[in-house]
Amino acid sequence: MHPVRKQRLWVVLSIVLFSTVAIGLAAYALRGNINLFYPPVDVAAGKAPLATPIRVGGMVVEGSVQRSDTTLETRFTVTDYQANVEIVYEGILPDLFAEGEGVVASGRLGADGVLQADEVLAKHDENYMPPEVAEALKNSATAGVTP
Amino acid sequence: MWTFFHKLGSPPWLYGIAGSILRWLLPIAVVALSVGVVWGLLYTSPDFRQGNSYRIIYIHVPASVVALAGYYVMAIAGAVSLIWKMKMADIAMLAAAPVGAALTFVALLTGSIWGKPTWGTWWVWDARITSMLILLFLYLGVMALYEAYDNKAAAARACAILALVGTVNIPIIYKSVDWWYSLHQPASIKFTGESTIDPSMLYPLLLCIVSFYLLFTCVLLANMRVEILRRERKTGWVRRLVGES
Repeated sequence: MHPVRKQRLWVVLSIVLFSTVAIGLAAYALRGNINLFYPPVDVAAGKAPLATPIRVGGMVVEGSVQRSDTTLETRFTVTDYQANVEIVYEGILPDLFAEGEGVVASGRLGADGVLQADEVLAKHDENYMPPEVAEALKNSATAGVTP
Repeated sequence: MWTFFHKLGSPPWLYGIAGSILRWLLPIAVVALSVGVVWGLLYTSPDFRQGNSYRIIYIHVPASVVALAGYYVMAIAGAVSLIWKMKMADIAMLAAAPVGAALTFVALLTGSIWGKPTWGTWWVWDARITSMLILLFLYLGVMALYEAYDNKAAAARACAILALVGTVNIPIIYKSVDWWYSLHQPASIKFTGESTIDPSMLYPLLLCIVSFYLLFTCVLLANMRVEILRRERKTGWVRRLVGES
């Protein structure tokens, strides 16, 4: 390769390298803010601020959803299998909200550790399958057969 | 190898070879895309939780994948243009930008349409979605920057540097769902280990991804041919070509 071109190749490589390092360091410094939500374990450890708008995400605990008979209020618990956070929400939940599925709730954390949510989003997971396959998986799981 | 590389720098040669590639690649791309989309939209089973709304995956995922790959095409062409001062590399870089921008826009739009029934919101400032928006701005930035200069050689150099700096965003988009807590789910198609999408849904998706790559190549080559003709319109070979037809 011609020496001038070789020199330009080094310039190109250093542009890519230095911009990657610079943006990498910036992303590393901002890593707490890039996370969309706090997991329950961080809330339990007191890392989430009280009375400021935050998001908490996790799995809805099976059997924890309690709906009010007179209002749209719903109480449920989310978990990351290390800690739990109780969430109160008044409004219409997304169609894919269900026990055992992921959610991201935004709201303010009270002093009692309960999140007063003003928005609840369903967090869909990466599993895609036809209903028959889901049914078969469920049946084999209850029958104690490992697929 | 170097003779082939230097031939790429010749406008008439590149114009001719791009034309003969397009002649057979375009029909393949159109047929593959039609089969993939019809198969995905009509002949696959609905998802066990999302029902029919998951079918947008057959447009959303291929558009996103090729939008990321297209950025590398643009950046590598930019690097070649900086190092070898090859005019045809500038043309490839500038031809890739609008195609990539369109694909990124389709990915954001279909994601938003899917997000409303699935998540319950059109938009969220999630790491994946925000970094994808930055990708759209990078593509548009390259296009705008080129138009901002009167001296087109300087414009191409500035665009190439912007494209190279922007490459850092591609691994960030790709890994954002693993590095940070995000609303967007992680990838269902896995290079290592078993994919978490049923094979009956996966095969049409893979076909759609391949056909989006082919379609991207076709549009890129067609864009390049137009730009070659525009730049070389005063030369003898273009006059002869136009005179013949």
